[in-house]
Amino acid sequence: MENITENQKKEYEAYIKQITPTHNTVVNVAKAFAVGGTICLIGQILLTVFQNQGMDKEIAGAWTLVCLIALTVLLTGFNVFSKIVKFGGAGALVPITGFANSVAAPAIEYKKEGQVFGIGCKIFTISGPVILYGIFSSFVLGVGYLILQWLGWIS
Amino acid sequence: MQQGKASIQFEQPVRIISRASVGSKKEKEGPLGQLIDYIDEDPKFGKNTWEEAESQMQFLAAQKAIEKAGISQNKIRYIFAGDLLGQNIATSFGIMNLNIPLFGLYGACSTMGESLSLGAMTMNAGYADYVICMTSSHFASAEKEFRYPLEYGNQRPFSATWTVTGSGAVVLGKEGGMVEVKGITTGQVIDYGIKDSMNMGAAMAPAAADTIYHNFTDFNISPDYYDKIITGDLGYIGQTALIDLLKKKGYDISKVHTDCGIEIYDGETQDTHAGGSGCGCSAVTLCSYILKQMEERKWKRVLFVPTGALLSTVSFNEGQSIPGIAHAVMLETVN
Repeated sequence: MENITENQKKEYEAYIKQITPTHNTVVNVAKAFAVGGTICLIGQILLTVFQNQGMDKEIAGAWTLVCLIALTVLLTGFNVFSKIVKFGGAGALVPITGFANSVAAPAIEYKKEGQVFGIGCKIFTISGPVILYGIFSSFVLGVGYLILQWLGWIS
Repeated sequence: MQQGKASIQFEQPVRIISRASVGSKKEKEGPLGQLIDYIDEDPKFGKNTWEEAESQMQFLAAQKAIEKAGISQNKIRYIFAGDLLGQNIATSFGIMNLNIPLFGLYGACSTMGESLSLGAMTMNAGYADYVICMTSSHFASAEKEFRYPLEYGNQRPFSATWTVTGSGAVVLGKEGGMVEVKGITTGQVIDYGIKDSMNMGAAMAPAAADTIYHNFTDFNISPDYYDKIITGDLGYIGQTALIDLLKKKGYDISKVHTDCGIEIYDGETQDTHAGGSGCGCSAVTLCSYILKQMEERKWKRVLFVPTGALLSTVSFNEGQSIPGIAHAVMLETVN
């Protein structure tokens, strides 16, 4: 075959898109809603239980997060969490559970490569970008806030 | 004898005198499960890491093939083998204790075609009496190398394939066996600009089409020359694309085509989406199913075309598209 032109590439890409089946968005959204909702419900129950024990809202919230993270890490270790995500998609990944899974999974996988070069270097391979750009964007917002304060636009 | 643009027809008989396949749990549960020589349901094969497990599979496959050939190990002059891991570590560590000279190969998932081609060329030239051609892949080590840690949750699209945990090995010799390697057509790197690493079948189909097309023109034959044309790991989407691409070139292979990735798993019940993939996919299917069908004379002439996607995580992250390659091996039963 002769060299492939850009047009042929575009044509092939469009053709492949047409013959590749995709997931049903409506079904996926419904599953994500159910799974995400369940996780939030568990969170709310925990929060209420902690508050009823006399914790103030902030402390109770922190404990709720700790519990959800610990639960996810356990489920990741038992290879259950990936099955929940397979079903519920973003419903399980968007809450803090997704973040916990993205840290726990590399820790398990790379343990074989040692404490330093394995777990140490690779534990944030998936969550690294979230941490970096999360911190960076809060820095940018903080600077903006400071400037607005100097200008006297906000108090 | 050189044939056409990219093919060779062998003058000396090069025969597949034995075959051995190794697989794990999912392969056992698949349609070819009963045909695989050695199954270990423990995906680690009694070892510590995924990589060691893959090495062990190659060791077992080679050992089994030698045993079935009924020759002593020191008569084997060369091993032609490779795998998917960085720097071919599954192969190097796997065959270390066999004490046989090695040509380490990388052709991504097309490696079984490459190793058979080079092995047959060496045999035909008279540089060896016996050689082993072999390759392997492991679901977990491939996921780690190319995608995510196993326990990380994500949803696989329908176009994604499932890497076969398995290894296949053949011993080539001059006499014995029932299947002959008649000729080869070597593939070139073909890139149609596909960038979706979750749709490898689409990326590799143009390479398969190109190699099969050259096989037809180099030998001046048509698709009905073969009882089966079997690609490596195109899966369902790649199969559709391949058949359409060759139709445009004037060849209809829809009646004789199948794909190892489609044969090795049951897409309906095994949740493998587009099909099986990996070096082990074509190797295990060849050594358990294709050669058996030929030995039972259900098929006389087969064109075996393992397909490979030549990407790395670096090339992918740097925005490169995914080039494909495919190597065709002409197999024929001996009268």
